[in-house]
Amino acid sequence: MPNAVKIKNLSVTLGGHFQALKDINLELPEGKAIGFIGPSGAGKTTLIRGIVGRLVTAEGSIKVFDQPAGSPQLREQVSYMTQELSVYPDLTVQENLKYFVTMAGQPRKQARKVISEVLTAVDLTDKAGNLVGNLSSGQKQRVSLAITLICSPRLMVLDEPTVGLDPVLRKNLWELFNRLAGQGTTLIISSHSMDEAQRCDDLVLIRDGKVIAHSSPAEFRKQTGAKTVEAGFLKLAGGSE
Amino acid sequence: MSPVMTLAIARRVLAQLRHDPRTLALLFIIPPILLTLLKYVFQGEAREFNNIAPMMLGIFPMIMMFLITSIATLRERTSGTLDRLMTMPMSKLDFILGYALAFSLVAALQAVVTAAVMLGLLNVTVLGGTLPTLVGAVLAAFLGTSLGLFASAFARTEFQAVQFMPVFIFPQFLTCGLFVARDAMARPLQWFADVMPLTYSVDAMKQVTMHANWTSVHTRDLVIVIAYALAALILGSITIRRQEKG
Repeated sequence: MPNAVKIKNLSVTLGGHFQALKDINLELPEGKAIGFIGPSGAGKTTLIRGIVGRLVTAEGSIKVFDQPAGSPQLREQVSYMTQELSVYPDLTVQENLKYFVTMAGQPRKQARKVISEVLTAVDLTDKAGNLVGNLSSGQKQRVSLAITLICSPRLMVLDEPTVGLDPVLRKNLWELFNRLAGQGTTLIISSHSMDEAQRCDDLVLIRDGKVIAHSSPAEFRKQTGAKTVEAGFLKLAGGSE
Repeated sequence: MSPVMTLAIARRVLAQLRHDPRTLALLFIIPPILLTLLKYVFQGEAREFNNIAPMMLGIFPMIMMFLITSIATLRERTSGTLDRLMTMPMSKLDFILGYALAFSLVAALQAVVTAAVMLGLLNVTVLGGTLPTLVGAVLAAFLGTSLGLFASAFARTEFQAVQFMPVFIFPQFLTCGLFVARDAMARPLQWFADVMPLTYSVDAMKQVTMHANWTSVHTRDLVIVIAYALAALILGSITIRRQEKG
């Protein structure tokens, strides 16, 4: 299996003194749903910003599909859902999507088709004409996710896409993520919720700017001898203190 | 650079304004009201008002567009949308030009409305004619838009962005020749006024008011205003970063 992302000896210092990432080495497989799991403040977002090319990385290297992260060639292959909603609340759902279809470099002729597909995927077809600002927070988040789906990217990087959503919605979204991975898309999904780790194909546990484990959920449970990923994480976290 | 994306950004910015009727109303109603107010401030001094009103047409659009543009782009920076756009194929110049295009259109409309009220209802006479008056007002607004785009790069919050108005605009406002003729000011202030763009946008309106023929000073004024506006746009696009230090 080829690797979608290769990270070598990556260290990142934020604001001149806070070491957010410490000597990260990672190889992430293509066509999997990969979870970046860890407590808030662990460095998940910093790592994600590095992968999508929004961060100056002085030390170490990040390659995405064999190109340095942030290369212009990657901009049509990688899509990024930030932790902020990154949608325009004063536009309708439809207007937001139409705009981002153009900005993603997609031909406008296909806009209608693409928009109806992504709306179906996030189950918001009946809200197309609503102002985003008037939607519930879960619906806003799904609009943001729909935008990420627009260019049928090879790599989707989703920063906490399910935070604050109700369990049914979360289950639906994870089904969508798993389905996309099954079709060959690579997904990086960050979360601080351990029960979501269970649904990933590949698990990267992050704590204090370091990768403390990287394996499949089943393997991880086996290695730590714990019944759940959460118990395993606590065991590891407790052991390192 | 892609004209398709530049236009898409401009259309999107205008669509946002369309969904915000209150802002639109403020944009088009406030400048004429302020001018009308000024007329009654100068009650009994009609000549004085006739000299000042056109100058105001070089100032109001600039101030309003400066504020609107700097807040709008700052919102884009803080809401995460700029973050998302920066990982997409769009070039930084597309972004800046899209904003400049959208707000210049709004500014032009604002200038037309304000000038119509000034010339039609408030009976201000300008020797230079209606069209040069409009050109001056539209360019002043374009200048405000560009400076606003540039200034927003230095603000992290809306609070800061609003404070940039007194920083960027007030010194120019005080020294542009509106209150006291420029050659009557202290020397250092004259030097200062000589390098500030608002000076020239106000001077252009003076030229329109006082001269029936197009003067070379008028041409110089407008060229300088355009040059400042373009420089601010280019600097503005440089201040957007694809990659950030943490």
